[in-house]
Amino acid sequence: MNDTVLDVSDLHLHRGARPVLAGVSLDVRRSELVAVMGPSGSGKTTILRAIAGLERFQAGRITVDGIALAGGAAIPAPTLRELRRKVGMVFQFHCLFEHLSAIDNVCLAPVHAYGVSPARASQRALQLLAAFGVEHRAMAMPSQLSGGEAQRVAIARALAVDPPLLLMDEPTASLDPERRAELGALLNGLRRQGRTLVIATHDEDFVQEWTTRVVRLRDGVIEPAPRSA
Amino acid sequence: MLRWAGDPEGGAPFVEADPSRPDRVVGFDVEVADLFARGLGRTPEFLNVEYKSIDQSIARGDADIGMSGIEDTPARRATLAVTIPYYEFREVLSVRDADAARIRSLADLRGKTVGTLGGTIAYEILLRAQREHGLRAVSYDDDVHPYSDLLIGRVDAVLLDNVLAERRHRTMKGLTILPQTVAVGHYVGLLSAQSAPLRDSLNEILRTSMRDGTLERIFRKWDVWNDDQPQLYARLLAGEPVPAVTGLDASANVATMTRWEAARRYFPSLLRASAITIILSCLSMGLAVAIGVLIATGRVYAGRPAQAALTAYVELIRGTPILLQLFVLYYGLAAAIRLPAFVAALLGLALNYAAYESEIYRSALEAIPVGQLEAARTLGLSERQVLTLVRAPQAFRLALAPMTNDFVALLKDSSLVSVLTVLELTKQTQIFATNLGSWVIPGTLCAALYLAMSLPLAAFARRLEQRWRTVRP
Repeated sequence: MNDTVLDVSDLHLHRGARPVLAGVSLDVRRSELVAVMGPSGSGKTTILRAIAGLERFQAGRITVDGIALAGGAAIPAPTLRELRRKVGMVFQFHCLFEHLSAIDNVCLAPVHAYGVSPARASQRALQLLAAFGVEHRAMAMPSQLSGGEAQRVAIARALAVDPPLLLMDEPTASLDPERRAELGALLNGLRRQGRTLVIATHDEDFVQEWTTRVVRLRDGVIEPAPRSA
Repeated sequence: MLRWAGDPEGGAPFVEADPSRPDRVVGFDVEVADLFARGLGRTPEFLNVEYKSIDQSIARGDADIGMSGIEDTPARRATLAVTIPYYEFREVLSVRDADAARIRSLADLRGKTVGTLGGTIAYEILLRAQREHGLRAVSYDDDVHPYSDLLIGRVDAVLLDNVLAERRHRTMKGLTILPQTVAVGHYVGLLSAQSAPLRDSLNEILRTSMRDGTLERIFRKWDVWNDDQPQLYARLLAGEPVPAVTGLDASANVATMTRWEAARRYFPSLLRASAITIILSCLSMGLAVAIGVLIATGRVYAGRPAQAALTAYVELIRGTPILLQLFVLYYGLAAAIRLPAFVAALLGLALNYAAYESEIYRSALEAIPVGQLEAARTLGLSERQVLTLVRAPQAFRLALAPMTNDFVALLKDSSLVSVLTVLELTKQTQIFATNLGSWVIPGTLCAALYLAMSLPLAAFARRLEQRWRTVRP
């Protein structure tokens, strides 16, 4: 059985003449929590965006749970649709839909993109919100949520369609230490349930404490680095 | 100096810009004004005033005297000072040649549309005939378009004085002037109520010119002399009273009623005109919103050529006056499509406002953070769903307040469509004010009606804005 959930090989991505990723390879297995680290502008976020199908790349290959994206041409729409089921993404600024309540944010994609009945979608959304300790905020609008609450709703939204791979961009950026520990525990729990996570972060302490592996990006390539604790 | 007001847009033979020297005016009214100035030992100075505003302009004291084919009416006699008449005209009907055998008088025009110049005796007669003979009166702002619309079939007859009718008859083929005289009226000089002494001097000058043939020479020169004039002059010189109008019962004229009685009489017509205003505004706003959404969506999502075309449309509409657009739509395109006045008004307002609405929607769509759109995409929503479920609903909230403001603006801009003969609130008020000889009551009623329509909208916009503000950080 192939345990690899994410396979990035020799990924090249440039914007105009400027290379952003110059041959990145990365292999992530089921139940790993991998941190991509590196200085600002090193391409951490870009890798996540490419995996989520938000960036075109010029060469290389990304495979997520059997769905392969090839460099060069635009990604065909059917491939992109399949990819969306496989990858969930939580943005640094959460990007909740401002006009919908927390629970409606979570239910939007299951109901409209995957044809789940509204009743079942709500039930599942409440379970997710409860699992992350924000079910009492289900009817709140995004502008009424704290940073930590908004992040949990965003995670619930990404997991509502049950993707095997979850990407998070700078998840600890707006959290105080206490909330950071709670997030670590939450992600760890997801990992134990068999979810695979890749996060882009600056946060050495968080990485030391919670992730299973660190890769470091510098100048568009992954540095050979010792395994973290 | 003798300042006199006239409207050169009315054209020859009254007052028109001299074709060889466009800064000068010529016409029989110009020569009568010269006659007055010479008789008073003053220099004439011409003031360009729109025909329907001449009464107000004289009342305000902008000029000493108004002359531009100004009709003698009971209202003018009651509220201003008028000279003795210097020309007698007949109100006559013009029809298309093909109808000349079937139509002989107003009574034959039941169910038909009859055009004329607004604010004239002819319009009063048509309003009366609307009730008595069941025709439909249409008021124009000038005396050329009634005849061109008659030729293309938008109206079935035109009632105007014989001087105007004969002038059009010479330049347009296919029109017949019916022999029956509908009413008889007179051209006079118009002065403010305080100018009775000046009026008396002018009357003396007119009588002298009637006696010594000066007036006859002027009218012969402009080819409008006829047998009616010597008879008029004879009656005037013999001291006989000359009624303002013959053939139109003046007893029901608003100028002879009390102000409140007149207001009571006119109020229902103002309410009807308000209904036109609100219906026209709602329909055009609805259409403008629909077209605006399409334009905005196209400008955000379509390919380059479509984007360029839509941008060009928006800039063309925003860069030219709405009045011009209305004229082009109604009169300019008449050769190709003959739009009914209400439809042309509706389309003109809608196409104009669509350009402005589209800019509101475009900037609202572009104000939705890219992150939200990407989040929606990663969740598996299609591009169409991203637009309809995430982008558009949020853009709509941003657009609502400016849209409501535009609706209030449209409500007032709808008064512009009176140039297309649509009788909306402002136009009806103007007619009321002209007949009454005062703007105080009509203006107050009109303002109250506009406010009654726009204030609830403004309140609605404020409420929505407050509601969104409590939700947004």
